Amino acid sequence: MLRDENKILSREVTAPSVYFNRRNFIRAGILAASAAATGIAYRKLNPVGTGAGPAVHTATIADVQKFAVTTTNNNSGFTANEPETSFDDIAHYNNFYEFSTDKEEVAVKAANFKTDGWMVSVEGLVNKPKVFALDDILKIAPPEERVYRMRCVEGWSMVIPWVGFSLSKLLSGVEPLSSAKYIAFQTLLDSARMPGQNSKVLNWPYVEGLRMDEAMHPLTILASGIYGRVLPAQDGAPIRMVIPWKYGFKGIKSILKIKLVADQPRTTWSDYAPNEYGFYANVNPHVDHPRWSQATEQRIGESGRRPTLMFNGYEEQVGHLYAGMDLRKNF
Amino acid sequence: MKEGDIRFAKLLVLVCGLVPLALLVWDQAHHRLGANPQNFVILTTGMMTLIFLTLTMAVTPVRKVFGLNWVIQLRRMLGLYAFFYGCLHFLCFYSLDRAFSIFSTLHEIVVRKYIWFGMTALLVMVPLAITSTNAMIKRLGGKRWRTLHRLAYVAAIAGAIHFYMQVKADVRLPLVFVAVLSVLFGYRALDYLRNRKPAPAAAAN
Repeated sequence: MLRDENKILSREVTAPSVYFNRRNFIRAGILAASAAATGIAYRKLNPVGTGAGPAVHTATIADVQKFAVTTTNNNSGFTANEPETSFDDIAHYNNFYEFSTDKEEVAVKAANFKTDGWMVSVEGLVNKPKVFALDDILKIAPPEERVYRMRCVEGWSMVIPWVGFSLSKLLSGVEPLSSAKYIAFQTLLDSARMPGQNSKVLNWPYVEGLRMDEAMHPLTILASGIYGRVLPAQDGAPIRMVIPWKYGFKGIKSILKIKLVADQPRTTWSDYAPNEYGFYANVNPHVDHPRWSQATEQRIGESGRRPTLMFNGYEEQVGHLYAGMDLRKNF
Repeated sequence: MKEGDIRFAKLLVLVCGLVPLALLVWDQAHHRLGANPQNFVILTTGMMTLIFLTLTMAVTPVRKVFGLNWVIQLRRMLGLYAFFYGCLHFLCFYSLDRAFSIFSTLHEIVVRKYIWFGMTALLVMVPLAITSTNAMIKRLGGKRWRTLHRLAYVAAIAGAIHFYMQVKADVRLPLVFVAVLSVLFGYRALDYLRNRKPAPAAAAN
């Protein structure tokens, strides 16, 4: 007996209830897959939520001199009596455009940055210009722990236990001439090691400057560490400036050249937007950034906002440097 | 597409639109929003507003280019999501950045140019959200409703400018939004010119 091969037997037809269940099943699958795809896209665009950045291990610095919080030291400004920002936050939230303009991405891009054979040239209007090997710079003075507030121009702040020593100790060694009125700093220019320099977002190399009296102030330090350990690359290894009463961008990182000069040097951010970033860039809650308020700040690790302090709380120590100056004009 | 399929497509948009918010809340609960969670939340909700505004703007071009007429039915939900994330963005600014100070929030709104653009985008979306129901479309009449909802262009442009203006130096991401919106608007402009009745020939001089 022949059977029509194409005929579908009624018992082979999927029952409507099964068919609709299957459709619901497929829909649930599509729904789940779409939600997952959206989640993955979100994670790709916003990698922060995937957890902490790369682990950071740097060597311990021996014999760091610490200043206890005493009335004297509070007066010196050397040790802020405030909770320190965690090492993790200091090492994973960085403005360092030479690596990335994304603060959470800098640590990733800087992970393999090598500082072997680093030299720093101190030159210009000095009696004894010298090219220092890094180790020789670090031998100029014993390492001190300086716990400073750090206020970023963007409106956030940290408290960072730096390791370093006053820049004045290096400067007095090279004997500045009386014609030296300013000091100009320059960061490494090497786009192979600093991939952010491949983008023209700023005019590389990064340059910064200080007035001579600012540079000689005891609070102004050359830092080579944080938390008693060698400075992670993302924080400006191997050596950087810290000027605690100024916005963070004045603290130039990975310094290659220090030059004493007669005239006010150009500085990177001021070059980029002269109406927004001045040469002085002193922390000042009364002078807003043209685009945002500087009256308060987000302290990293805290929930509320803090009022920003004049000269970042160092008015007692540095206010006299700017006596009689119009701080609205010289912002 | 069948009615049931459209309903399912809407459900898809509804669920996917909530995924970023869910992840934001989840990450916050697990302290995984980085060193500056306040800033991250403000930035992310703003970004979501712009993404949904862009998706809303993409509906008509996608519909015409690919002949997918049914996508128009998703536009309302996309637009409402833009408004929803825009409101969240503003609430985060008010609570996290201005520490719940009404005075300081108003002060910033008045003083900061980039916030003028952000507020414009948000305020413009208010009447659009209110008139997004079927009853309102009927009440206004299709033509008037369409004219009113052209304000969505204003919201998208103002939103992109707002983003561009508050970036410190790296404007690449805001420019991506500008580029995508330009393509979408360019398509609409071309479409408009193509469909316009030919103008009567100018009298020769």
